Amino acid sequence: MWDIIKLLVNTTVLAATLRMATPLLFTAVGGIFSERSGVVNIGLEGMMLIGAFTAVAVSYSTGSAWLGVLGALLAGALMGFIHGIASIKYRANQVVSGTAINIFAGGLTVYLQRLIFNMAGVSPAVPRIADVELPLISKIPLIGPVIGKQNPMVYLALLIVVGAHIVIFKTVWGLRLRSVGEHPGAADSVGINVYKTRYVAVTLSGALAGVGGAYLSVAHLSRFVEGMTAGRGFIALAAMIFGKWNPLGALGACLFFGYADALQMRLQEIGIPTQFVQMLPYILTMVALVGLIGRAVAPKASGEPYVKEG
Amino acid sequence: MAIVLEMKGITKQFPGVLANDRISFDVEEGEIHALVGENGSGKSTLMSILYGLYRADAGEIHVRGQRVQINEPRDAINLKIGMVFQHFMLVEPLTVAENIVLGSEIKRGPFLDYDRAVAEVERLSESYGLKIDPRAKIQDLSVGLQQRVEILKALYRGAEILILDEPTAVLTPQEVDDLMEVMHNLRAKGTSIIFITHKIREVLAISDRVTVLRRGKKVGTKATADTNPQDLAEMMVGREVLLQVEKDEAKPGEDVLEVRDLVVKDSRGAYKVNGVSLTVRRGEILGIAGVEGNGQTELVECLAGLIHPESGQVFLGGKDITDWPPLRIKQAGLGYVPEDRHRRGLVLDYSIADNLILGLHTEAPFRKRFGVQDFKAIRDNAGKLVEAFDIRPPYPHQPARKLSGGNQQKVVVAREFDRNPELLICAQPTRGVDIGAIEFIHQQVVAQRDRGAAVLLVSAELDEILSLSDRIAVMYNGKIVAVLPREEADEHKLGFLMLGGRLEDYKAGGGNNVAG
Repeated sequence: MWDIIKLLVNTTVLAATLRMATPLLFTAVGGIFSERSGVVNIGLEGMMLIGAFTAVAVSYSTGSAWLGVLGALLAGALMGFIHGIASIKYRANQVVSGTAINIFAGGLTVYLQRLIFNMAGVSPAVPRIADVELPLISKIPLIGPVIGKQNPMVYLALLIVVGAHIVIFKTVWGLRLRSVGEHPGAADSVGINVYKTRYVAVTLSGALAGVGGAYLSVAHLSRFVEGMTAGRGFIALAAMIFGKWNPLGALGACLFFGYADALQMRLQEIGIPTQFVQMLPYILTMVALVGLIGRAVAPKASGEPYVKEG
Repeated sequence: MAIVLEMKGITKQFPGVLANDRISFDVEEGEIHALVGENGSGKSTLMSILYGLYRADAGEIHVRGQRVQINEPRDAINLKIGMVFQHFMLVEPLTVAENIVLGSEIKRGPFLDYDRAVAEVERLSESYGLKIDPRAKIQDLSVGLQQRVEILKALYRGAEILILDEPTAVLTPQEVDDLMEVMHNLRAKGTSIIFITHKIREVLAISDRVTVLRRGKKVGTKATADTNPQDLAEMMVGREVLLQVEKDEAKPGEDVLEVRDLVVKDSRGAYKVNGVSLTVRRGEILGIAGVEGNGQTELVECLAGLIHPESGQVFLGGKDITDWPPLRIKQAGLGYVPEDRHRRGLVLDYSIADNLILGLHTEAPFRKRFGVQDFKAIRDNAGKLVEAFDIRPPYPHQPARKLSGGNQQKVVVAREFDRNPELLICAQPTRGVDIGAIEFIHQQVVAQRDRGAAVLLVSAELDEILSLSDRIAVMYNGKIVAVLPREEADEHKLGFLMLGGRLEDYKAGGGNNVAG
């Protein structure tokens, strides 16, 4: 019994949990901004993938992984903005627009990968962001091995979660953002610019998804692999719902999914068939969503284009 | 008194309709000015122009003696004009204070100073006597309190001229009383109120002056003291209106509907109808009076087969119809005008013609062999009913959504009445309906009775109960607490019973029968 617990809960698994949760965190927070403004962003997966590729391309050509992250942020923001134009200005169906972005991203990254690196499947290794060791904290027993030595982007993700929570729930802009996503007519009637607020939020969501993708390619690994996001954009969406469109809630959900991912790696080591183990995060996702679906209430105007009268 | 607002020669043309035709209108400081007219008379358009939602094609607006341009709501707000819409502009998951300050927040750097917002709301609520919990979420508040938040929202923005767009349409009778008190308080503080309504009783109860519009034109402005219900009704409709329904003595026959010990629970398990027994006879109208929410809705929906009773029995023409599905009950002779015509009475996106056969579509003459619809029969039926029930505009192919509330209700009434049902249940049959249409519907209800139908009428409007019913049952807290012949009922007595008083405690003419 004790052995099983030690296998399931130990500092190695917990440290891996944090690492696996990180790309989900950036992306889920992005999704929260978008949906809180009333725009469904199902294109997060594609925005992550484009972020992951851009980070590698920039890191490859400049030699700086951090510049790669910046590139990913801008590429993601561009994709978010395009999704914004389609769904805010042209009032396209937001699910269709997001799905189009996902398919587009899959094709584009494969094409550019072969064009730029002339290699199928994987890119060459590029400079990556190295892990750092936090002084003092890394020496604390139990906690140290889990959070003391991690990639800087892991810490950045945690800061973003707290920052997003403050922005959404404590600032004037956050109040307006929530009102736009719930009742755009009411927001408009008190002089809030609904369209502008939505553009900012969707662009921000793309930027965050891009950074989430960059974590995968230039922090977790040091290369781009075709289709490397492997559904994490959707898992991040699930985490957003699981966390009730709330950054701290999404943190809990991302850690949960991250743990499932980490566990999968552990269980593979002890000989449980890989295919089954790889299903684990997804099965847990479904279980979590089914168990929660009755209680999760989305922003009311989410997915609905706003048409100004008169 | 000083004139704070003057609108001169306002004209607004919509495609095919001249919504406002050279309307002039003024408001004095600290007055309650009622703006009345039937649906489509142009009162909402006029106020939308004042609030900057539409722009007038011609005409001038003067506020406090200055000619002004109002192009968007922000301009109106800056001129201290506030508007409370019929459909609230509130963000439900946010708190009262957050909603009130939204768009004009009290800031501390980039942050919302929530504590100061709460304090400011408390100060306003204190000074105007509008009690509210600033930290409550909108979604937890009653409609009456939500309306109060809307009023506070306007006051927070400094409104001195307040437009209330049919504020009583969504309120229960007690909430209407509360609103009237609030309006009195606001007037005492010098706020000018434009009160849009089409209920004559409210105009007389609270306004100082009244302006009547009809078909986009102003009919006139009068001091409320110089007018009376008959006069106002005629101004609104443009012809003489019968406010009192003319009807002969009822000649009741055998029992058509019999309800025995009916018990209905809601989805949460609370008892909504708690042991109701009643009978309705052929050729009589039984009115059920009561404050809304005392089980009338559940009683009626149970009789129509829409919800199942916990226990008890329902007989229609001697047959036990308890637990029958709705269509079968209809076929057994029920005509049913539901209280919420949008939710239960119509498919808004269907044409008028299709709405006129809802529930009858499986029967001859509308159904041919192999389940094919007989479009000619449907068309003929629509043509006949549109004419007989004066549904306007008379285009059967138009979606029901395009009709005014009164005409939508006429579609429901036409469908249900034309079948000459044994039992006719009318729940709130004239809610949100113009005076002219009310008169028409009332006449039809009486005609059904005279034809020999048993009529069960449920209404929150005491006037309606008193003018139509032959017998009156009072419902309180899920029970029928009294059944009176019409001659023994008056407004005061019913009011006493509706609030939970007992018949044996009632002293005729006494002013203080209801404790508290």
